[in-house]
Amino acid sequence: MQNLLLAVDRFSTLIGKAFAWSVVLLTLLISWEVFSRYMFNKPHAWVLDAQIMLYGTLFMTAGAYTLSKNGHVRGDVLYGFFRPRTQAAIDLLLYLVFFLPGIVALTWAGWQYAQESLAIREQTFSADALPLYPFKFIIPLAGGVLLLQGLVEIVRCVMCLRDGAWPKRDDDVEEVDVEKLKEMVHVKDADIEALDQYVAPKNIIQKGGQS
Amino acid sequence: MKFKLRKELWFGFILMGLILLAVMSMLIAVPKITNGHIGLLMLSLVVVAIMLGFPTAFTLMGMGMVFTWIAYEENTTKTLDLMVQSAYKVMSNDVLISIPLFVFMGYLVERANLIEKLFRSLHLALARVPGSLAVATLVTCAVFATATGIVGAVVTLMGLLALPQMLKGGYDVRLSAGAITAGGCLGILIPPSVLLIVYGATAGVSVVQLYAGAFFPGLMLAGLYIVYVIIIAKIKPSLAPPLTAEQRFVPLPPNLLKVGATQAKRALPLLLNALKGSRNHGVPTGYILKQLGIALLPAILFAVVALASYHNATKAPPQEQGSELAEMGAGSSAEPPAEGGLAEPGGGLSEPPAEAEELQEIGSEAAASDAEPAAPSAPAETVSSAPAVPVADDASPGERQAASKGYWIGLGIGALALLAFYAILSFARLEIFKMLLSSFFPLLILIMSVLGSIVFGLSTPTEAAAVGALGGFLLAIAYRQLTFSVVKESVFLTAKTSAMVCWLFVGSAIFSAAFALLGGQELVERWVLSMDLTQTQFLVLSQFIIFILGWPLEWTEIIVIFMPIFIPLLDNFGVDPLFFGLLVALNLQTAFLSPPVAMAAFYLKGVAPKHVTLNQIFAGMLPFMGIQVVAIVLLYIWPQIGMWLPQVLYGR
Repeated sequence: MQNLLLAVDRFSTLIGKAFAWSVVLLTLLISWEVFSRYMFNKPHAWVLDAQIMLYGTLFMTAGAYTLSKNGHVRGDVLYGFFRPRTQAAIDLLLYLVFFLPGIVALTWAGWQYAQESLAIREQTFSADALPLYPFKFIIPLAGGVLLLQGLVEIVRCVMCLRDGAWPKRDDDVEEVDVEKLKEMVHVKDADIEALDQYVAPKNIIQKGGQS
Repeated sequence: MKFKLRKELWFGFILMGLILLAVMSMLIAVPKITNGHIGLLMLSLVVVAIMLGFPTAFTLMGMGMVFTWIAYEENTTKTLDLMVQSAYKVMSNDVLISIPLFVFMGYLVERANLIEKLFRSLHLALARVPGSLAVATLVTCAVFATATGIVGAVVTLMGLLALPQMLKGGYDVRLSAGAITAGGCLGILIPPSVLLIVYGATAGVSVVQLYAGAFFPGLMLAGLYIVYVIIIAKIKPSLAPPLTAEQRFVPLPPNLLKVGATQAKRALPLLLNALKGSRNHGVPTGYILKQLGIALLPAILFAVVALASYHNATKAPPQEQGSELAEMGAGSSAEPPAEGGLAEPGGGLSEPPAEAEELQEIGSEAAASDAEPAAPSAPAETVSSAPAVPVADDASPGERQAASKGYWIGLGIGALALLAFYAILSFARLEIFKMLLSSFFPLLILIMSVLGSIVFGLSTPTEAAAVGALGGFLLAIAYRQLTFSVVKESVFLTAKTSAMVCWLFVGSAIFSAAFALLGGQELVERWVLSMDLTQTQFLVLSQFIIFILGWPLEWTEIIVIFMPIFIPLLDNFGVDPLFFGLLVALNLQTAFLSPPVAMAAFYLKGVAPKHVTLNQIFAGMLPFMGIQVVAIVLLYIWPQIGMWLPQVLYGR
């Protein structure tokens, strides 16, 4: 079971990471456009549409990837204090009540929306038009992957309810990876511990002074 | 499945219960339950659901969908249409597009790993300021947090770098912790910040104007922090003792020592002497020339700016006829052209230049006529001494005019400043200057060029963000940190962060649509108007509510859920949404420092020595939180702090 869950995780991650590279494209595309406009006075009408598409694709497809790494914003005030079983119970309930209907509806509606767009071969409104329908197919794609990932999360909730602990996930890059940051600025744990000598005696003095 | 409720849980559940109770009593109290009341019910339910800890984006989406369905009287097709259109609206939002780019830039700059050097050079440069380590921490944080915008990483890094230094220097634990956490959060406010983009996208306020508006309040807040630390260090030196000579010591490179450099010796004469050959003690001439070149950099820059502006200042005025002041290129004629160089030679019109105000005005005009604003990127010494910045360039070719008195005064002041700079430029200071040159100025130039090009209208925020990200690449290359894994990590982190923020927008778009459809907005509006508040009361009340919401909710959630409710009310009270946004940004910053949810404290705790307790960190943050409240009050009393720049630049 665990292997299946991780396999789906990896699939979502793969999709998310593949499209994540569009931020590099976006950077280069816009920089090139700025350069081309200011240096050669040659703006391109399609770049504006292309950059919107790159951005939309980037964040929509990263939705499932983020979910697989438990990276979406949560209200953390109480959640962090719950036991894993309580967390799983709440999550399970809300996945069934909010997540599934919402994402199923989004995927379904997105599919219709994209089909309509495809039927008329919709294009962007600009001098050099780009086809718009592939971009609209991003909605059902992102929704579908997200749905799959959501089902996996539901299974995780059930497993957690059974075992009393959350199943493991694969590691991923973290925004604040303390170990990596320590390495980056050449600080070792021993250095930090050594600092206690400056903190501890002073505390005692301060407490003595205050009481 | 039995568990004991802890204190925090009790508090949370009681809060949830109160919210539900209040809504229930409202529903019972009203004679007839309208759709608007259902809207309010939805709002309270969503707050409770968010507090339960389910990913907010999906809570909003699911709940929004259910209530849209109710609002459309159970018409499924319309509900689905609304959902997909909301999602598409976010996907094609041309404001939010700059979020991934700024985030990407932040990750790249963070991984360029110049914070260590930055802190070291600043702490040496500020060695004689009272509380120098704390001041250096704040400045480092302000610069680095502005460039990266990642609170967690900045606080963690400063906890690793600055905290040991401060503790070893005998600083009070609380003061040190406060300076690090408060400084790390400055990136939330000082543009280019993601918070302002999110607010701009939600409230429909131009991000450009928000950036221009938040610039001075951000600087003011940083300035207040620094003043506070300096005052503390002056009053109670035991909390922040001055640096010992040993800590101030700047090691000189061996080659310089060979030619006879000492810490205090003036750099320029000795370097010039060493060039003469016989006395260079086997140090290669190229090396000395390089040192000399670096030492002369400010002078060279000054000369370039002076010459360039002389060139402009002596240009013939665009209109030949006499006494009237020439109309400046792109600027409005109503604006008094303060530039001395444009005055007729005979007329004694030479205004004292070198004022920030004029720099800005002229800058904006230079921007409008696509001239390059040279001022923002120049280092501080030169900025103050470069009054005659480029003027609009479309003057018709004519006779050269003699430069005005103002120009010469500016030149004189600049030259004096330069002389003073060289008089105190010892070898130790030259070393510090070199370190600043390789850490502080690159970041400053990156920030200023990104910000400057946005604020002066040279480029859209999106373009500036993309070029900034490219700048991040270049910075990482320059510091030899650009490896494939660095890029890969930055790309993936960018994807996750963007997905987090933008999916929230997808959810809130559906949710807000449902709220509006149900007429909850009208109900709130009627209710607020019935309270008959004055503008001040309204502002205080709204900021208070936002402050309270900052406890259970994240800033992203507060902005995307509650700003759509507040913004329509502003019109009734004559509040500018731009000004409101600045207040909200300042306010939400306090949420990062208010216990018990202050993220900054936990990041610091994670890298602090064991005996530094969370309570100490919280205690250290409190005075800085107080300063934030003072800053909000100051901004409220003098809105000009924030509104002046947008007014000057965009005529708001």
